[in-house]
Amino acid sequence: MKNVQKQKRANKSLPFFFRDEFKVSFVIIFTSVALLITTFTFDIVPPILNRGIQPATFPKALLVLIIVMTLLIYYLATKNPWKIQKKLPKSFFLTLLSFFIFVVISKTLDFFLAISALSIFVSYYWGEKRILYLLLVGIIFPVIVFVFFETILGLRFPPGIITNIYYS
Amino acid sequence: MDNLLLMMAPLFSSKLLLVLFFGTLFGLILGVLPGLGPTTGGALILPFTMTLDPLSAIVLLTSIYCAGTYGGAITAVLINTPGTPAAAATCLDGYPLAQKGEAGRALGMATVSSTVGGIFSVIILVFFAPILAQLAYEFGQPEYFALAIFGLTMLASIGEGSPIKNLIAGAFGILISTVGKDFMTSIDRFTFGINELTEGIGFIPVVVGLFAMSEMLTQSTLINQVFNRIALKAIKLPTKDDYKKTWKTILRSSGIGSFIGVLPAEGGTVASLIGYSEAKRFSKKPEEFGKGSIEGIAGAEAANNAATGGAMVPTLALGIPGSATTAVILTGLIIHGVRPGPDLFREQPDFLYGIFGAMLIANVLFFIFGFFGAKIFARITLVPNKILWPMIFAVSVCGTYSLNQSIIDVWIMLFFGVLGFFMRRYGFSVVPVIIGLILGELVEGTLRQSLVIFDGNWLMFFTRPIALTFFVLSLIALAFPLIRAKKIKK
Repeated sequence: MKNVQKQKRANKSLPFFFRDEFKVSFVIIFTSVALLITTFTFDIVPPILNRGIQPATFPKALLVLIIVMTLLIYYLATKNPWKIQKKLPKSFFLTLLSFFIFVVISKTLDFFLAISALSIFVSYYWGEKRILYLLLVGIIFPVIVFVFFETILGLRFPPGIITNIYYS
Repeated sequence: MDNLLLMMAPLFSSKLLLVLFFGTLFGLILGVLPGLGPTTGGALILPFTMTLDPLSAIVLLTSIYCAGTYGGAITAVLINTPGTPAAAATCLDGYPLAQKGEAGRALGMATVSSTVGGIFSVIILVFFAPILAQLAYEFGQPEYFALAIFGLTMLASIGEGSPIKNLIAGAFGILISTVGKDFMTSIDRFTFGINELTEGIGFIPVVVGLFAMSEMLTQSTLINQVFNRIALKAIKLPTKDDYKKTWKTILRSSGIGSFIGVLPAEGGTVASLIGYSEAKRFSKKPEEFGKGSIEGIAGAEAANNAATGGAMVPTLALGIPGSATTAVILTGLIIHGVRPGPDLFREQPDFLYGIFGAMLIANVLFFIFGFFGAKIFARITLVPNKILWPMIFAVSVCGTYSLNQSIIDVWIMLFFGVLGFFMRRYGFSVVPVIIGLILGELVEGTLRQSLVIFDGNWLMFFTRPIALTFFVLSLIALAFPLIRAKKIKK
């Protein structure tokens, strides 16, 4: 209890733009406003064809609702600040980076290779240093999954340097 | 009598029995592993169900649901970490009892009360789902709109998070459902010129992303966490004295769990917390709670498993998910072309009663598996995250890709994984997003069709008694967290 109060006090002492509640509310409102502007670019149905409301009306109402509720949580947070979150560890950012690497490899080289690379990368940075286990998660298991999906579910994976060899 | 025979159908089908066997086993494994659980597991298995017929697919998902909810108790008792959120209340007394060297007794009580709660709730499901479905025949578009709004406002009271944050998440879920071609006018919305988005954002990439991938990111922040694991010699059936102490609690919690489960959007987590606190309130020895009370374990476990059958009531009768996992089951029904609602009861009773029967058998199966295999399942917690999560990633990616053979779906999954992580970090539950996404089409569709019926007059909603009742219930659902907060302050 004391720790929570301490954290809340610490959060209150920060300038408002550094506080989590401001950053989160800002991101939500900024995104919602951007999407709200986008709704004005939706095609308009001519009155003769229109039944009920325009296609843009419902998303507009939702976005306004989200903005209003976000302002409300920000207002409530000024009275009762959120507790400060612990700093994210290096392993989180490496896992996030591995997602990015996955997207790049799956787009440019090969889908299977991307899964393999991410599995080895994540397993290694999460603390697994034994080669046998890295091979298990990075090669043996993805091969099992690949073959399972390919043969039992009849799935065709996107072309790439390894999948092309398999399919040829 | 006919319905009873239909319920017994899974017993006479070797294929369904096999599906039930694997579903229960898989559900237990998922429940035991912290961070996974029936919702994430159900989402992971969803693409695989495409190879099965609709009944086998839903039987698989429901058996995972029943067994996974129970499986969470094993981890809660042995390592003080709930395998599923619904087992959080079980930790309070399960772990202290295990520390006293009575892990077997604690797990025995958890197994028995979970089974009783689960079977009780299936009976509730068999009786109440058809009645609710019958009532739903009175529903027109305005009533369905009001019902969907009620379901969404119930999101305000999910768990212990901020009600407004839950509502924002729910509204965001509905917003996702508007991406793609408008179903009434075929006008593109939020597609940003990307062809793949014209069909909308699929359920599976969002579900797998929000549950499995965000959990993977959460686990990446916990890699140095060390669990104090208590060894389990063997599970013990509760003694006569234990039964004497707990039978009332088990029955009460079974009733509470079933009722909470029936409420749209609520689920096992809320049920177990209420079941636990009511067990404490009625106990002759409330001071023992939190120190290893056998009644505490019974109260929490009977309630969370009773919520499984309860949650299936609105899911099957109305198409409104009763919990996060039933939202996944509802997704399964939709992708298999089964539309839940009153017509399902009239047109496919064999399908429905097959599910009811399968749930009943799943409850018996997890009792047997739990009783004889708890020691083995407990060892599953020893699988290190550095091995487990890369494997889950491989299955998630291939599973998400498999549905439409679209790489865009995989990227959407990763996007929602990152989003889900930050949502959870800042106190936004991801469950309302899924429920909003599922109910989105219903909300918008029924609203627009109602306005056509009412010639654009919004006030006409209030002239329909059933719709008005749901609106009043929605207001109560919105006010409830405020009343609860005031009570806690006092």
